[in-house]
Amino acid sequence: MEPFRRVSGPAAHLDRSDVDTDQIIPKQFLKRIERTGFGEFLFHDWRDEDFYTLHDPEYRGAEILITGHNFGCGSSREHAPWALEDHGFRVIVAPSFADIFHTNCTKIGLLPVVLPEAQVRHLRNHAQDSPGAEVVVDLEELVVVAPDGEVFAFEVERTVRERLLNGWDDISITLNEEELIRRYEATRERHGPSTLGFAS
Amino acid sequence: MRARTLFDKVWAAHEVRGRSGGGPATLYIDLHLVHEVTSAQAFEGLRLAGRTVRRPDRTLATVDHNVPTSGRDEGIADALSAQQVAALERNCEQFGVPLFSLRSPRQGVVHVIGPELGLTQPGMTVVCGDSHTSTHGAFGALAFGIGTSEVEHVLVTQTLPQRRPKTLRITIDGRPGLGVTAKDLILGTIGQMGVSGGIGHAIEYAGSAVRDLSMEGRMTICNMTIEGGGRAGMVAPDDTTFAYLEGRAAAPERFDEAVAAWRELPSDEGAVFDREIAVDAAALAPQVTWGTNPGMVVPVTGRVPTIDDAADDAEREATRRALEYMGLNGGEAIEDIPVDAVFLGSCTNARIEDLRAAAGVVEGRSVAAGVRAMVVPGSMLVKAQAEEEGLDEVFRNAGLEWRDAGCSMCLAMNDDVLRPGERCASTSNRNFEGRQGRGGRTHLVSPPMAAAAAITGHLVDVRSLDGDLVAGGA
Repeated sequence: MEPFRRVSGPAAHLDRSDVDTDQIIPKQFLKRIERTGFGEFLFHDWRDEDFYTLHDPEYRGAEILITGHNFGCGSSREHAPWALEDHGFRVIVAPSFADIFHTNCTKIGLLPVVLPEAQVRHLRNHAQDSPGAEVVVDLEELVVVAPDGEVFAFEVERTVRERLLNGWDDISITLNEEELIRRYEATRERHGPSTLGFAS
Repeated sequence: MRARTLFDKVWAAHEVRGRSGGGPATLYIDLHLVHEVTSAQAFEGLRLAGRTVRRPDRTLATVDHNVPTSGRDEGIADALSAQQVAALERNCEQFGVPLFSLRSPRQGVVHVIGPELGLTQPGMTVVCGDSHTSTHGAFGALAFGIGTSEVEHVLVTQTLPQRRPKTLRITIDGRPGLGVTAKDLILGTIGQMGVSGGIGHAIEYAGSAVRDLSMEGRMTICNMTIEGGGRAGMVAPDDTTFAYLEGRAAAPERFDEAVAAWRELPSDEGAVFDREIAVDAAALAPQVTWGTNPGMVVPVTGRVPTIDDAADDAEREATRRALEYMGLNGGEAIEDIPVDAVFLGSCTNARIEDLRAAAGVVEGRSVAAGVRAMVVPGSMLVKAQAEEEGLDEVFRNAGLEWRDAGCSMCLAMNDDVLRPGERCASTSNRNFEGRQGRGGRTHLVSPPMAAAAAITGHLVDVRSLDGDLVAGGA
């Protein structure tokens, strides 16, 4: 994973709540067995809708997405963050995220930023009224700077922040706990059931 | 000792490392279920890093999401689906993971096969790269959906770093009326709490209406936890749980000893939850979703909301968009809405009890002209059981298609797809835009309600038909 420190540039906006992962990447595109190439299908079925502007020329190259409450609800498909990342997004700002989606984002270095609704609206209004205006998201300082200079602080769980800042791989971190896992298995692991012996 | 919740006990028993400095804990995973759509990239990650699967004996794979539900002898016609299934077969072979392949008599939807084998047991931690993993919480397990990076993490380490969720108890008391099923209880609950009400919480479903449910009904409730935003849904294990598990293939050999330990799991008296919600089961009618998320739900006796019913601008816009997508004006009586298709299936409602309840409604009747109706059992074992009971005959005689097991039209990754504009009464769990096919319109209902819609050709109160209704059933 690439280290994440700071992103600055234009923001795109998707002014909707409860956006589910079926919309972010529809199921017909989940059959690929690779991890890349999903960006081209991002919000495939919404491309012609009036409210949808992410693919408009003025938002091309935006690395920050401003959106609504409960973003990423529904299916656990990590293809959704993969598609957003592949499209070019590195930060998503919303008043709240669905749990699994939030975790999936942090695993791949896509930063979910939770801000109060009024601050999200402030950023949304700028993105809508003056496309291209610069927004800064700084993970070291834990602030978002709006185009008009307003500064909004946000929180990220300490270990997640450390991992993102350094580009660390979660699995390697856990493998450092090998001794603890082995001890758990030797002394506390529950007995059974085994999955072996049923398959045919 | 401090009174603890069911969740507290299961969590504590699986901490390989407790939380330090506000960070996540490392949780041990007892059972990891795997399917073809969310695992390929995880196995590829193992290969790239030269890693192995730590505990194949705690891992089980099946094919369910994209597989055909008819004509299996000819294999999988869709090239990409075939490739994805072949990749899982190769991966399982390479890493020694047991797999129920397409032709296995035990193949089925991942959340149906775990419980029916007896692999899902009280007090366990269960994960799967699928959001409906919450289903397994019906046994008093801590079960939740994960993404593909986490699938890889569990394959390699048999653990997951986890932030401890808050706890929420949803107490559903009261006796549900005739024709009101577990599906209606959970749809009514989500209608009350909203689709994001459960974010960040592990939910325990309690109350007399939950206690009175069969295991199938409890699985239906826990299954839809994610539709309310909940991280996990759990029901305290009791005699109903133990009776279901006894004699199953993977049930503990020393069963009485296991039961004695499981009896310690229910929340202690006085245990404190971070939040509490109460639901009155007796006040609920059969539920029908009218919009494009599971929280957009009304009683079958009600009407579709109008834009003017919205509380604020955001809700007004959401309502407008949902009505437009669903091809509804707002204000029409639910029972006046015609359907083109009926889907009886999914990890929510395709267990034997669900099929029995639906068969009871269609028996001796015929599917309405112009309606396409299909029954997709949750597993090949459910299918075999239903055939033993003659349910397949009942469905076929009424004009419903009788299929092989899989996720099918719940997410329409295979050929079971709605056409644009088609309207479906579905026993599945999501009515999102395009979920059952681009432009398709989904109304979520219980199995008896779906069966009744198939017979009448429109959404209808199943209680108005004469037939075999069971209170509090599937």
